[in-house]
Amino acid sequence: MNYNWNWGIFFEPSPEGVGTYADMLLSGLGWTLATALCSWIIAFSLGSLIGVMRTMPSPVAQAVGTSYVELFRNIPLLVQMFLWFYVLPEMVPEVIGTWLKQLPNASFYTAVICLGFFTASRVAEQVRAGIQSLPRGQRAAAIALGLNTWQTYRYVLLPIAYRVILPPMTSEFLNNLKNTSVALTIGLLELTARARSMQEFSSQVFESFTAATIIYLLISLTVVMLAGALERRVAVPGSR
Amino acid sequence: MIAIDGVGKWYGPVQVLKGCTTQVSKGEVVVVCGPSGSGKSTLIKTVNALEPFQEGAISVDGIALKDKRTDLPKLRARVGMVFQHFELFPHLSITDNLTLAQCKVLKRPREEARTRGLKLLERVGLSAHAQKFPGQLSGGQQQRVAIARALSMDPIVMLFDEPTSALDPEMVGEVLDVMVQLAREGMTMMCVTHEMGFARKVANRVIFMDRGEIVEDAQKEEFFGQPRSPRAQQFLSKILAH
Amino acid sequence: MFGDFDYKVILASLPYLFGTGMVFTVTLTALAASGGIVLGTIIAMMRLSGVAFLVPIARIYVDFMRSLPLVLVIFWFYFLVPYIGQWITGASRPISVGAFTSALITFTLFEAAFFSEIMRAGIQSIPRGQTSAAQALGLNYVQTMKSVILPQAFRNMLPLLLTQTIVLFQDTSLVYVISLTDFMGAASKVAQRDGRLVEMYIFAALVYLAICFSASFLVRRLQRRVAIIR
Repeated sequence: MNYNWNWGIFFEPSPEGVGTYADMLLSGLGWTLATALCSWIIAFSLGSLIGVMRTMPSPVAQAVGTSYVELFRNIPLLVQMFLWFYVLPEMVPEVIGTWLKQLPNASFYTAVICLGFFTASRVAEQVRAGIQSLPRGQRAAAIALGLNTWQTYRYVLLPIAYRVILPPMTSEFLNNLKNTSVALTIGLLELTARARSMQEFSSQVFESFTAATIIYLLISLTVVMLAGALERRVAVPGSR
Repeated sequence: MIAIDGVGKWYGPVQVLKGCTTQVSKGEVVVVCGPSGSGKSTLIKTVNALEPFQEGAISVDGIALKDKRTDLPKLRARVGMVFQHFELFPHLSITDNLTLAQCKVLKRPREEARTRGLKLLERVGLSAHAQKFPGQLSGGQQQRVAIARALSMDPIVMLFDEPTSALDPEMVGEVLDVMVQLAREGMTMMCVTHEMGFARKVANRVIFMDRGEIVEDAQKEEFFGQPRSPRAQQFLSKILAH
Repeated sequence: MFGDFDYKVILASLPYLFGTGMVFTVTLTALAASGGIVLGTIIAMMRLSGVAFLVPIARIYVDFMRSLPLVLVIFWFYFLVPYIGQWITGASRPISVGAFTSALITFTLFEAAFFSEIMRAGIQSIPRGQTSAAQALGLNYVQTMKSVILPQAFRNMLPLLLTQTIVLFQDTSLVYVISLTDFMGAASKVAQRDGRLVEMYIFAALVYLAICFSASFLVRRLQRRVAIIR
């Protein structure tokens, strides 16, 4: 292979004028983490709400929940990204549209909202599956004690369901984190985008992608470890 | 106390309850029995509106279930229910299982709820387990906690839905003992069960159901003496044969 | 808002969108799914083989692929494949393999990790007794797998494999990042050429929605039938 390896490239100054290529990648990592965490907050809360709606007795709530999930699951994330970024500002009144387009860090806000809504549909499916995996008698027992619907979910169904779905929720969290890379298509300078521009500027393809790969692997390992710790912390004594 | 009047229920085209009419008076212990699939569990679940029904009427302590103004959670809080599979909340300690509904539904202060819960736990002989979680108890112990949980709401009537049929044989006795004691103290009870020994000991009346209908509704002596319907005779001979 | 919505742009570009773009998307999805399922099954069997060096290789492969964003993997292979080609053929310069081949290799290898997890669950869901019965009849490992375990596992997991294929169908839109003309790439090229982003992106979204929704609806029906037969 006639490829000129240069592992020292990370410590050479980047063409941006400030800092090295390593700094460039680290700033990408920062945006990746910020986008992932902010969108997860939306995904978790909205997804829980939608998931709960899909398990409620009311047919209206079920229909709303189902429509949401079908809508956001059946359009590719890239397309959703473009809809939020290019189409939405044209669909709202002009004043708001112009404001949206001129917003600093618009690609960051768009990515957060887009990923939040997208991942919410997947979180909703996990929450629904978690609640439906509980014995039907649990809901009956809570109702028989006189708890209302809100109390039944708040004190009985959700606390058990969240424990059940902790492992798949960890995967969804990681998927959400990996999906932040799709936001490079709307100009978010996250980790993959940074690795790509480092490759373009320096022509050191494999060094830049190797670095990005290692960083993603380290993030995954960390998240899996943290999730394991959380799982042990919330484990209920006496359950398998 | 409980009045069931001409109740009919369908799952789609399948009728699971047909014109069921009976009542349970204050202080009375009524045992409901019958072959599996006869609708006895469904009937008892309609009493606190866990199962909806399409025809007829049910009232508990004079309050009609079908009435739109009836506050169902409030009514259910006064009707204790014990389930076949215990249905303790696995993520809560025994104490929290006993106090959750007292605090959230009856708005009792935490300390009062705790005292009440622990007193009932002592009554079912499980004080030592207050800090444990349901998964750490045996089936019989869990069912006794479930009875204590229902009692903690100071119910005016207790419903039992096959409380011993999910238990290993050696644990049936400890649960029945608690139920017998409860009956002797004058609790109004409606029990779906196959335990004919229990029925003989404490029941006032026995209801026999088959294919969604109440076939026999008789005083205990009469039922065990000579049931009128052939289906009930057949059922009794099968269940008492061994 | 919709006042100047230009349907004509969409109509005029239909032959290009479907004749070029969708054909690319469907071809890539079909080939990558077939390849991914075959490779995934092999990886799953390695993982369950109990053979000392095969198990960790399969595990590391799956965990590795699943930890990386697809976009990064697409970039990796886009640049790596020519070098691998050079290494295999012994050519003097990195060989150009074409963007489609590069994308196909990427998606096959990437999706194999996900398909292998499905097949692993499928194989594990077959009761141990089936293996014992097959072995008692004198079948060897390959025969047991080929005639007894895999057909059952495959049938049980068919709904999940198809659902994953729908995900793959959506994921192929990411070849946008290496400027290939899949359905989305075609839509975006028209959008930028004619300055009609609103029309083209909404239309693309609706087409994806219609296809994926119908496909997952059919998968759910299939799932119910499989569940009944089992």
